[in-house]
Amino acid sequence: MASYDCDVLIIGAGIVGAACARALHQAGLRVIVLDAAQPGTGTTAACMGHIVTMDDSKSQMQLTAYSRAAWERLAAELSPDCEDLAAGTLWVAEDDEEMDAVEKKFRYYSEWNVPCEILDGEGLRRFEPNLRAGLRGALRVPGDRVVYATNCTRWMLQGIDVRPVTPVAALDEHGARDISGNVYRAKSVVLACGSDSAKLIPELPIEPRKGHLCITDRYPGFCHHQIVELGYLKSAHQFTSESVAFNIQPRPNGQLLLGSSREFTGWDAGINNDLLQKMIARAHMYMPALANLLLLRVWTGFRPATRDKLPLIGAWPGRQGLYIAAGHEGLGITTSLGTADLLAAEILGTTPPFSPTPFRASRILDPDYGHHE
Amino acid sequence: MATMNKIRLKIDGKDVEVLEGTTLAAAIYQAGGTTFHHSVSGQPRGPLCGMGICFDCRVTLNGTPHVRSCMNLCREGMEVTTR
Amino acid sequence: MRIAVIGAGPGGLAAAATAAENGADVLLVDENPRAGGQIWRHGPMAPPPKLAMEWIRRIQAQRIETHFGVTVLGRDSNGLVAYSEQEGHVCLQCDKIILATGARELFLPFPGWTLPNVFGAGGAQALLKAGMPVEGKRIVVAGSGPLLLAVAATFAKKGAHVVGILEQAGIHSLLQFAPELIRHPAKLIQGVGFGTRLFPTRPRFGTWVCRAMGNDIVREVIATDGKREWPLPCDILACGFGLVPNVELAQALGCDVEKGKVSVDEHQATSQSGVYCVGESTGIGGEDVALLEGEIAALAALDIPNVTSKIHERWRWESFVSNLGRAFALRKEVLQLAEDTTTVCRCEDVSFGVLKNQPDQRSAKLYTRCGMGPCQGRVCGPACHELFGWELNKPRWPLSPVTLDALLDSQ
Repeated sequence: MASYDCDVLIIGAGIVGAACARALHQAGLRVIVLDAAQPGTGTTAACMGHIVTMDDSKSQMQLTAYSRAAWERLAAELSPDCEDLAAGTLWVAEDDEEMDAVEKKFRYYSEWNVPCEILDGEGLRRFEPNLRAGLRGALRVPGDRVVYATNCTRWMLQGIDVRPVTPVAALDEHGARDISGNVYRAKSVVLACGSDSAKLIPELPIEPRKGHLCITDRYPGFCHHQIVELGYLKSAHQFTSESVAFNIQPRPNGQLLLGSSREFTGWDAGINNDLLQKMIARAHMYMPALANLLLLRVWTGFRPATRDKLPLIGAWPGRQGLYIAAGHEGLGITTSLGTADLLAAEILGTTPPFSPTPFRASRILDPDYGHHE
Repeated sequence: MATMNKIRLKIDGKDVEVLEGTTLAAAIYQAGGTTFHHSVSGQPRGPLCGMGICFDCRVTLNGTPHVRSCMNLCREGMEVTTR
Repeated sequence: MRIAVIGAGPGGLAAAATAAENGADVLLVDENPRAGGQIWRHGPMAPPPKLAMEWIRRIQAQRIETHFGVTVLGRDSNGLVAYSEQEGHVCLQCDKIILATGARELFLPFPGWTLPNVFGAGGAQALLKAGMPVEGKRIVVAGSGPLLLAVAATFAKKGAHVVGILEQAGIHSLLQFAPELIRHPAKLIQGVGFGTRLFPTRPRFGTWVCRAMGNDIVREVIATDGKREWPLPCDILACGFGLVPNVELAQALGCDVEKGKVSVDEHQATSQSGVYCVGESTGIGGEDVALLEGEIAALAALDIPNVTSKIHERWRWESFVSNLGRAFALRKEVLQLAEDTTTVCRCEDVSFGVLKNQPDQRSAKLYTRCGMGPCQGRVCGPACHELFGWELNKPRWPLSPVTLDALLDSQ
C-alpha cells in the first residue's frame, strides 16, 4: 500500500478525463489519472468519434461550437493514428417539413458563425451519389470532423501520470483509495467516468443509454461526409423510448460506421436484434447501396445520459475539492475539449471561455431539474 | 462425386476453363495467378488457410469486392478480378 | 425431435447420420460448398477417402435437410440465424443443436510468412484438393503435428517435389511418447486416402523454417535446427503449427469455453441446455474421436440410453490424445521468430514491433487495430495468445462478415 500526492486526481481515463488531464497538466499542475481498465477503452472506444455542432439547446450549441473549433485547432497536432478527417456533416431532409428545419438550422448556425450551406436534392446527390434519389435537401456543415477517439485519448494523455487497471474503491476527504488500498491525496478530485460515475456518487443522475454500432469492410469513396437524418434530432431528444436514426460515417480507411440506436436497458450490453434490424433498415432506406456491403462487426456502448441532455461540469456540492465531468451522452468526444476548458478554469480560478452556469453539476439538486433547459 | 463438366469463366480478363466443382481459388492458380489481392498496406497476398478463416484469398467477383475465393465454386460466366 | 448439426466433417456427419438413423428430423449445415470438413475435404481432382464415403453414403440414405455454403451466425427466439451468399438470410428452426465446428490451423508469424504461396499445412492441402495445380512444384512442409506427413504425402502423390519436411518437435519429445504413436501408427497419415506408403523425403525433427524469402512470391526458405541455418529453394511453403479449436459459435450460443475448448460432459453436452459439441472444437483428437463423439452426442440428444459402450470407447483414446499434444508441444524458438517488422495481424498489417509492448489483447485491438479485420482475430488471436500470453477475444456478432441485406431479409 502506497500513498501518492498530486494537485489533481482524475478518475476515469476516457476522453473527457484525458482532455481535463491535458488542460490541467498544461497549466502546470501535477495530475494523476486513474482508470479501472486501459485508457480510452470504455464508452470512448464504443463511440463513433463524430466532432459535431449540435443545436438542441443554446447551451449545447455554445459547448459544441466552442469544442468543435478547439478540435479544428488541435487537428494539425494529432498523431496519425487519431485518424482525423475533416469530413463535415450532412443533415439530410426527407420532406418539406424537414427542409424547413434545415433552413432554421442554417439561420441558427449562421448566428453562431458556424459555416454551413443549404443543399437542394440535386446538390445533395452530387456530394453523395449513394443517397437515394428524391431526398429534399440537406444542411452541410463542412467544419465538422471525424476522429478515432481512443487514440485521441492516448494522445492527450502523453506525458501524464496515468495508472491503468486501477479501479477506485471509494472517495474520501483527502482524495481516493484504489481497490489495492493505495491512497491518492489531491487538492482536487475530478470524477470523469461517464455512467460509472454513479457507482462512486450514487446521487448522480447519469444513466447508461445503450447504442448499437456496425462497421463494414473497406469501401473507399462510398460516402464522404458523416450523413445524419434530421430525424436524428427527434431520436436523440426523446428520453425514454427506444429509437433509431440513420447515421453513417466514413472512416479514413474506407470502412463505414453505421448507427444509431438509443434505449435504456441498464447495463445489459447484449445486442437487441429487433432494434438493430430497424437501425439497418433505416440506413438502407436512405442508402440503398448499403445492401451489398459486408458488415464486419456489431457492438454496443453506453452513453452517459442526463435528464436535461447537458453534461455535468464543475464542483460537486457538499464535498470541498470534488468536481464532476460526466454525463456527456452522445457528445462526449466533441465536448471533451470544451468540458476541459470550463473545468480547468474553475479549478484554476481563471475566467471561463463561456458561461459554465448551464452545465454546473449542482443543478441536479434544483427541484425543477430535468423539467426545462 | 462431382461430374466432370467443364466451366468457363474470366479471370482478370483471361478466359479460363475448369472442372465443375473447382473453387475460385484453385481456378486462379490454374490460370497462373498467385497474388489474389494486396493488403491494407499494399503487400501482395494470397490464400493462407484454404478454408475460409483468413480472408487473404479475397477477390472481386462479378463486381462485388471482398469475396472469399476459397469458399466459392466456379460457375459458368463468372468474372473474377484479382488485385 | 428436430436436431441441427453444424459442421459436416467427421463429427458432424456421424452425429447427423446417427440422429437420423434413430428417427430424428435432422438438418445439416456447413459453411463449405460440400460435406467432409477439413480432414475429409475433397474436390474434382481429389476423391474423398473410403471412410468418408461410408459416412456420406449413410447421410445420403437418410432424409436429411442439408445446407451447404451456409454460415451460422447465432441464435434468436426463432432458431438459428444463418447466412448464405446464395440464399441470403436463413432461419433454421430446431429443438437441439450439435456443434461440430472443427478446428483451424495455428499460424505463428515469421519473416516472410505473408508472401503468396506460403500456406498453412492444412491450407495447402485444402487448396490442392480444391484443384490447385502442384505438379512439378517444389514444396517445403514445416511446422508441427501429424498433419505434416499427410500433407507431404498428398503433394508427392500429386507430382510435387517435397524438398523438406521440417517438424519442430524434437526426436526426444516424439520418442518419449512413441509407444502411443506406435500403437496407433495409422493416425499419422489417415485422411489421405492411402496406407503406410513411403514418404517422399525423410522428415527432419527439431527443425523449423525461420524465414521465407521472395518478392511477390516465396522463392526460398531458411531452415534451422537452432544451431545452423540452410536455404531450401521452393515454390510453396506449407507451414502450420497444429490446430486451434473453433469455439466462436459455441461462445455466441453461450456455451462455456475453457482453455480454448468447448466444455462438454461425457455425453458431449455443453453448459447450454440442448446444445452439444463434438470433435475438434472440444479438443484436438482426430477423426476417430470425432466420429465417436458425434455418435454419442446424437444418441444423448435423443435420450437413447445405450450410449455407455461408445463413451468407454471414447475414453480409451484419452491418453493417446493427450500424448499427441505433449509430443508436438511447441518449442520456445518457434515463438521467437517474428522480427519487429514482421506482420502479425494480416488483415490490418499490424507488426510484431507495434504489438510487443501492448498490455493485452483488447488494448492491442483498440490501439493498433490488431484483430479488427474481417477474420476477427481468428489468425492473429491464437498467435498473440502463444506469443504474448494474451487472452483470446470473444468474437463480435455476426461472427463472420455478412452483407447488410441478409440482415434486412430476416425482418
